[in-house]
Amino acid sequence: MEMLKAIAIGLPLTVLVTILALMIGTVVALPIVAGLRSRNRLIWLMSRGLVDLLRGIPPVVWLFMLYYGISIGAVRLSALQAGVLGLGVVAAAYLAEIFRGAISAVPKGQWEASSALGFHRATVWTRIVGPQTARAAIPAYTTFAIGLLKDSSIASTIGVSEIVFMSSQYARQSGSGILVFFVAAGIYILLSVPLGLLSRHLDVKMRKAVAR
Amino acid sequence: MNNLVDVAIEYGPTLLGGLKVSLTLTILSLALGLPIGLLFSFGVTAKNKAFRYISVFFVEVGRGAPALVLLQLMYYGLPNANLTLSSMASACLALTWTTAAYSAELIRGGMQSVPSGEIEGSHALGMSYRDCLRFVVIPQGLRIALPSLMGFAVLLFQATSLAYSVAVPELMSQAYSIGSSTFQYLPVFIVAGLLYAAISIPATWLSVGAERLLSRHL
Repeated sequence: MEMLKAIAIGLPLTVLVTILALMIGTVVALPIVAGLRSRNRLIWLMSRGLVDLLRGIPPVVWLFMLYYGISIGAVRLSALQAGVLGLGVVAAAYLAEIFRGAISAVPKGQWEASSALGFHRATVWTRIVGPQTARAAIPAYTTFAIGLLKDSSIASTIGVSEIVFMSSQYARQSGSGILVFFVAAGIYILLSVPLGLLSRHLDVKMRKAVAR
Repeated sequence: MNNLVDVAIEYGPTLLGGLKVSLTLTILSLALGLPIGLLFSFGVTAKNKAFRYISVFFVEVGRGAPALVLLQLMYYGLPNANLTLSSMASACLALTWTTAAYSAELIRGGMQSVPSGEIEGSHALGMSYRDCLRFVVIPQGLRIALPSLMGFAVLLFQATSLAYSVAVPELMSQAYSIGSSTFQYLPVFIVAGLLYAAISIPATWLSVGAERLLSRHL
């Protein structure tokens, strides 16, 4: 019981890091998607290179670069800031690919019909292509969110006191390592169950709302 | 920029030595994990209850828990059970578990997309269940699963960077120790990052190419 308490102290930070990184990722992914869809070769090449680089380098390396490497004068990022920023930027690259795939899954006829009906570009995105894209992206998006929940544990390597950080600290002082880490594993599994259920619920709801 | 080149020249050999350890760890985990994953892919739907429960346990924990937890479990946890492994062995064990769990699901997905007509056909030809698996289902299922398994291998290679937390002398821990002794953190991590990218980006292209090649006739 004492062990569970010691580990649970890390729970809020795990959730916080996951949510903030997901938010940063989602927002930063949008301009990257625009770049990946651009007809301008240079912009396309730059966005493609950015996505490949962000995905090709392990998240730990990004976190260490931000935490140990970046200093503006005497100001350094805090562990939490570096963790959220690093995971968020890496998430942006993965999410950009997910969104790009979802946009290209919208049938071409939808675009043609919208232009035939003379809809404004903004209307096409908000009323026609946007909702269908969201529907197509939701399964991959939630799968990614569950992966990000687990990846948030990487922030423990730069000293963010989330679940893994708290468990290894407790394991060291109590000497009951096996159980501690199994409990930590159990918490992650339990956390991802509601996310999976939410995903299915949203999917069913969107299926009803957006006819295919 | 000059700084970056200097660091790359001076510490290049050390970092490349670390990269070799990272690659060794990746290959060992794949070599051990993929056969176990194949076994588990049958286990999770097996009729034998003991086999099924064991497979489900390993697959669900291996996929549900972060790799970092498994690494620390093997390195800091197992000594409690009077089983002390070297850092390399415990990292290898943890990543083998991850590999087996993920590949079990990927392989199962591949097997399920083998058309049922193939299996019916082999029944009609009087093939035994074992021959049907060996000559019909497994070869085709693995071929379907291959691109995603290659994609997973890239992620596994990146995950070996977490083994630095259990003191495996791989690329990340070499970079960190150079950084902490010279305070040249940023250039060292950039060089290390580029080394990771130099392996994983072409490997990703390879897996995309494999997917195109294999889905050519679909």
